[in-house]
Amino acid sequence: MQVTIKRIIFFLLLIAIWQGIVLMEIWPQSMIPSPFSVFHTLYLGFADLTLVYDLLASFRHLFIGLAISICIGTAVGILLATVKTADETLGTMILALQSVPSIVWVPLAIIWFGFGETAIIFVVVIGGTFVMTMNIRTGVQNVAPIFLDAGKTMGSKGVDLFIKIVLPASVPYAVTGVRLAWAFSWRALMAAELLSTGPGLGFTLSYASDFNNMSLVIGIIIIIGAIGSIMDQLVFQRMEQKVLTRWGLQKT
Amino acid sequence: MTLTIDGVSKQFNQTGKTPAIVLKDIDLTIPNGQFVSLLGPSGCGKSTLLSILAGLQKPTSGKIFLDDVRITTPSPDKGVVFQEAALFPWLNVLENVMFPLRKKMPKKQQTERAKHFLQMVQLGKFLEHYPHELSGGMQQRVSIARVLAMDPTLLLMDEPFGALDEQTRIILQQEVEKIWLDTKKTVLFVTHSIREAITLSDRILVMGARPGTIIKDFSVDLARPRKKADMAPLEETIMDLLKTEIAKVMREELSHASND
Repeated sequence: MQVTIKRIIFFLLLIAIWQGIVLMEIWPQSMIPSPFSVFHTLYLGFADLTLVYDLLASFRHLFIGLAISICIGTAVGILLATVKTADETLGTMILALQSVPSIVWVPLAIIWFGFGETAIIFVVVIGGTFVMTMNIRTGVQNVAPIFLDAGKTMGSKGVDLFIKIVLPASVPYAVTGVRLAWAFSWRALMAAELLSTGPGLGFTLSYASDFNNMSLVIGIIIIIGAIGSIMDQLVFQRMEQKVLTRWGLQKT
Repeated sequence: MTLTIDGVSKQFNQTGKTPAIVLKDIDLTIPNGQFVSLLGPSGCGKSTLLSILAGLQKPTSGKIFLDDVRITTPSPDKGVVFQEAALFPWLNVLENVMFPLRKKMPKKQQTERAKHFLQMVQLGKFLEHYPHELSGGMQQRVSIARVLAMDPTLLLMDEPFGALDEQTRIILQQEVEKIWLDTKKTVLFVTHSIREAITLSDRILVMGARPGTIIKDFSVDLARPRKKADMAPLEETIMDLLKTEIAKVMREELSHASND
């Protein structure tokens, strides 16, 4: 509870400083709108459902893209972990691709798929796949040898050993992979939507910028940040904690 | 069932160094139902020998037979209890014990059998718990139940109580002794505790290091449960024997260190 109170006070203070700066009238309202104006714009957006539709569209892109990248990442990760040649060739390439910022893929996606939703989903998939792949690979390779030995002495081998022991043993890595894939995908999604023709939060952001609607720009930035941290802290970190505890990798 | 070890040697090849000989010409016959301890200083290869018997490592030369069948791979007729409990954290206690039974019998029978052995190790009330919720001693009990449920002909135990505190250790020793008296399985028990070896075994094989060989074969003919006073003379004999071995290892390690 302590922490929550500290945070609330911090954010109230931040809004007060913001309001203070606006009141000093150093910059025009079209550059720094007041907090009230931003919240009012957000309220209007949710009231007439435009922001709700944007959110739904963005989440649709995100979840389709994330689901695809988790599937591909898992499959390729297993391949890299089990086939040495694949790891030495494809693995190196994926490691290199992982360092390419996902916004770089946007121009390519636009040429291939146009400005529509397919292009956005493509960029989201690219954003999440590589980190998921590398986590699954590490997870499968790092299964504790004692689990394998125990499994073998109990008559498990080959495919059975892989499915019943290697895969469940690497779940903690998979969960971290999903969490990171979500974070990367979320960033990729915004980058892609900014350049798309909508709908989506990113599209509305660039639209608002074009029409000099600064309140909406800041409002959407706040929404993006809020969703990012809420998902990470409430969903993924909790999931990760739970798995790490169960797998005995962390004391409660 | 007789376990025959015929001229087993094991060496590890190290790049740029002379190969390390871990085991040298081990010859051994263990008759059915005997409780045998492998006792020796750390680095004498006793765990390696156990691992070879389990089929988890291959000997450099030599053969191992269970009756007439040669051991080359792991299989459920040789149950292993490791130093760490090696339970699967994603399964609860009951599911862990059912794991080796998966393909052998219908689900209902698996559950019954697993419950039976968990009651035997006094964990009948912890079926739904997950390994991380149990103490080290309880985890090791689960792993003993798991190996017993498999009904192996040979039970290999690799310092199973090495990581436990003294009290838990003594309680588990008593339970293992009782289980062994009930089931009369052939047990090969690796330990570095002389007292533990004497408490439990019919026979103690003392190993020496560098290279690992069996330097003495004691049979223990004391009445069970064993009393401290009865055990003392043998304890002293083995202690003296090991002292010279440990001194030898120390000398070699120190001379290695000064050479490096």
